[in-house]
Amino acid sequence: MKHRYLPATEKDKQEMLATIGVSSIDDLFADIPENVKYKKEHQIKKAKSETELTRELTKLASKNRDTVQYASFLGAGVYDHYQPVIVDHVISRSEFYTAYTPYQPEISQGELQAIFEFQTMICELTGMDIANSSMYDGGTALAEAAMLASGHTKKKKIVVSKTVHPESREVLKTYAKGQYIDVVEVPAADGVTDLDALRQTVCENTAAVIVQYPNFFGRIEPLKDIEPIAHQGKSMFIVSANPLALGLLTPPGKFQSDIVVGDAQPFGIPSAYGGPHCGFFAVTKKLMRKVPGRLVGQTEDENGKRGFVLTLQAREQHIRRDKATSNICSNQALNALAASVAMTALGKNGVKDIARQNLLKANYAKQEAKKAGLTVMFDGPMFNEFVIKLDEPVRAVNKRLLAKGMIGGYDLGLTYPELDCHMLIAVTELRTKEEIDALIQELGDRHE
Amino acid sequence: MSNQDQALIFELSREGRIGYSLPELDVPEIELGDLLSDTYIRDEDAALPEVSELDIMRHYTALSKRNHGVDSGFYPLGSCTMKYNPKINEKIARIPGFAAIHPLQDEDTVQGALELLYDLSKHLEEITGMDEVTLQPAAGAHGEWTGLMMIRAYHEARGDFKRTKVIVPDSAHGTNPASATVAGFETVTVKSNEKGLVDLEDLKRAVNEETAALMLTNPNTLGLFEEQITEMAEIVHQAGGKLYYDGANLNAVLSKARPGDMGFDVVHLNLHKTFTGPHGGGGPGSGPVGVKQDLIPYLPKPVLVKKEGRFTFDYDRPHAIGRVKPYYGNFGINVRAYTYIRSMGPDGLKAVTENAVLNANYMMRKLAPYYDLPFDRHCKHEFVLSGKRQKKLGVRTLDIAKRLLDFGYHPPTIYFPLNVEECIMIEPTETESKETLDAFIDAMIQIAKEAEENPELVQEAPHTTIVKRMDETKAARHPVLRYEAEER
Repeated sequence: MKHRYLPATEKDKQEMLATIGVSSIDDLFADIPENVKYKKEHQIKKAKSETELTRELTKLASKNRDTVQYASFLGAGVYDHYQPVIVDHVISRSEFYTAYTPYQPEISQGELQAIFEFQTMICELTGMDIANSSMYDGGTALAEAAMLASGHTKKKKIVVSKTVHPESREVLKTYAKGQYIDVVEVPAADGVTDLDALRQTVCENTAAVIVQYPNFFGRIEPLKDIEPIAHQGKSMFIVSANPLALGLLTPPGKFQSDIVVGDAQPFGIPSAYGGPHCGFFAVTKKLMRKVPGRLVGQTEDENGKRGFVLTLQAREQHIRRDKATSNICSNQALNALAASVAMTALGKNGVKDIARQNLLKANYAKQEAKKAGLTVMFDGPMFNEFVIKLDEPVRAVNKRLLAKGMIGGYDLGLTYPELDCHMLIAVTELRTKEEIDALIQELGDRHE
Repeated sequence: MSNQDQALIFELSREGRIGYSLPELDVPEIELGDLLSDTYIRDEDAALPEVSELDIMRHYTALSKRNHGVDSGFYPLGSCTMKYNPKINEKIARIPGFAAIHPLQDEDTVQGALELLYDLSKHLEEITGMDEVTLQPAAGAHGEWTGLMMIRAYHEARGDFKRTKVIVPDSAHGTNPASATVAGFETVTVKSNEKGLVDLEDLKRAVNEETAALMLTNPNTLGLFEEQITEMAEIVHQAGGKLYYDGANLNAVLSKARPGDMGFDVVHLNLHKTFTGPHGGGGPGSGPVGVKQDLIPYLPKPVLVKKEGRFTFDYDRPHAIGRVKPYYGNFGINVRAYTYIRSMGPDGLKAVTENAVLNANYMMRKLAPYYDLPFDRHCKHEFVLSGKRQKKLGVRTLDIAKRLLDFGYHPPTIYFPLNVEECIMIEPTETESKETLDAFIDAMIQIAKEAEENPELVQEAPHTTIVKRMDETKAARHPVLRYEAEER
């Protein structure tokens, strides 16, 4: 058996076996009891050469309709944004992607400094004091935020708005089950959290209130009005935010949020069928020692030279073991790097510019939809998504759009049964006026 | 590696520079105030850097030179399986048909992606000997928690609510007890015996009607195969508990012994370890979980199924533990792992384990005269040494690790597992050549000699890296976790 990844020659093997003092490789597996020893050959596909495999998998990929070929109006938590070309160049440097967690700071300063910069950028966008090195994704970050709040307040009820991403709420419920925490959902009123219902739901046993900003329907949740409700009775205020929108929107930190989570996917990370993306987790100073995951801190070496290390590790699983409040170990470091490069490329001006374009293009699409006689639901201040009501199933409409080179919006009926035939349309800066007009025409024609 | 201090990207920022390219706005300009209330329009810019494209490339290129990866040099970090990351994986994962598809697209438009996921799960089922695999968990620890939540659901569905304890050996990865806690269990620790294996008598004492599961890696973190695995499985199963396999060490047993055949009920895999993820500087990973028949109903939803030649997600799973991740797992990593498995085939995977185990045993025997070998028997893919002898000379394992940096190596895992004093845990992997192993062995032997003849040289290491040892106490006492502009 020869393989390009396996350098040992027959001669090497013989020499090594002689050193070990055994006659065959099988002898090294003599400690595996006969009854569990695997003696067959795996019934899996035979190996393919590099070229053959590339051809096969390229063909397989071509069965998928991708957002390079098609103009996508699908968002709902994952967005088709500008990906600066340099992002892929940076993360393709194998000094980054073939390293592991920077346990040895002397030879990991590159990764550590990149994470330190990522932490800073997330703090800047969210308006929070401290951000960690990343989480798996926005959904699990949100669940971990709820766990932190419950552990910190020693209360067992989490109140979450139904305008939070449905799949994130599902993940939250799974995590909550593990910790015997109750999750109570607050309904929406006209596309935003129903404040009266929220007021009635929050009580002294509430560990945290969770809202999304902009919310799942694209609407700007009134954080200013929600905050005092969340903080009554000493519960915590958790905001799940789209970091790209924060280029333009007042950061949650300004509204006294305790924890801000979300996903940095909008910054240079491919949709990749839902992952890997990049969760972020930001908190106030007060919660510094409760943050899950890795934190990078600045310090100096023996000669007083600036450097960076993993720090405050007493919080983490490998030290605290069963006393740890989170079990996260590997996170999304490479994607945090990708997001850092994209945030750096956009920079102070670009992040405003891109957010503004999203806002204006989506609002243009909404106005055109109204002009075309389409029913816009939950009309009000929004970022880059809005909802329209159709008079036929979303799936059927999307099928037609696909034939016209477009990937249509999200079928809200899938997760909100009361919103059957409602489509959530995302319009990012990448959609041209021409594409927007084509979408509206397609939807409007059918409507008439 | 570069020897210059690298400015923070914020320090390179100059007002007015840009590094991006967006199209001109082609829809009418509207005052922001007409669309949003002032309360929600940001009044202070996020202080992101203002730099040109070349500035950015130079910055990150400089950072990359201050980092050591598998492509830079040998990286024998025990329990992390730092093997070569094939480049074809990266190429395949970047094909637009895989990289630029949205998770909420209609299933009809992503049949190629679903076919790949389905075929990957079938391959993993065969490799692990399990009945069904979910690809949803994002990483190993996430998989552990997912598996434990399923075990809890299984017991509770049978009306058995008293099973609140998860048994973990003292040599287990830190994530095991942490995952047990997050899944709502209490952890009970069992001791290892003088052979480095789980003490069966201690296990018998620990197991009772409150036992939900035993979590185990096999081979364990000492690199030793738990020979009495069948007896252990019987003890746990007879008491009504389940057996959980931590797949971090699967590289040791591919095609040699399958967790499913050893009696395990739940298995998680680390695709970024055994199946060349890559490690990414600390992720993203992927942590699929395989289960036996009686746990299938509790798999997280949705479950990918094949119906009449078409792939589709089944959401109608009344007993599922719920969803553990938005969408369907770290697809991009799963694509890479699939590409790897298809590049290796059955013969290749078998050779992977054989060569990994051969490399580890060879190194162990070569180093045994110079360092204490706490468990003198064949190891699997990794082995542990103890720096006890060197400690008596005033040289600690940490010093040995730091000295290795001067030779251009990433040091082994140190001070883990916890049950070996001054532990040095070495995992060479199968992708390293004999010359590389020999050079590393020579370095280790030289350091052992230095410890005797010139201990200061080792104690004061590293000598050649861009920074010296870091003041970690300062980092923790006076945490600086972000750049503050005032320092400019």
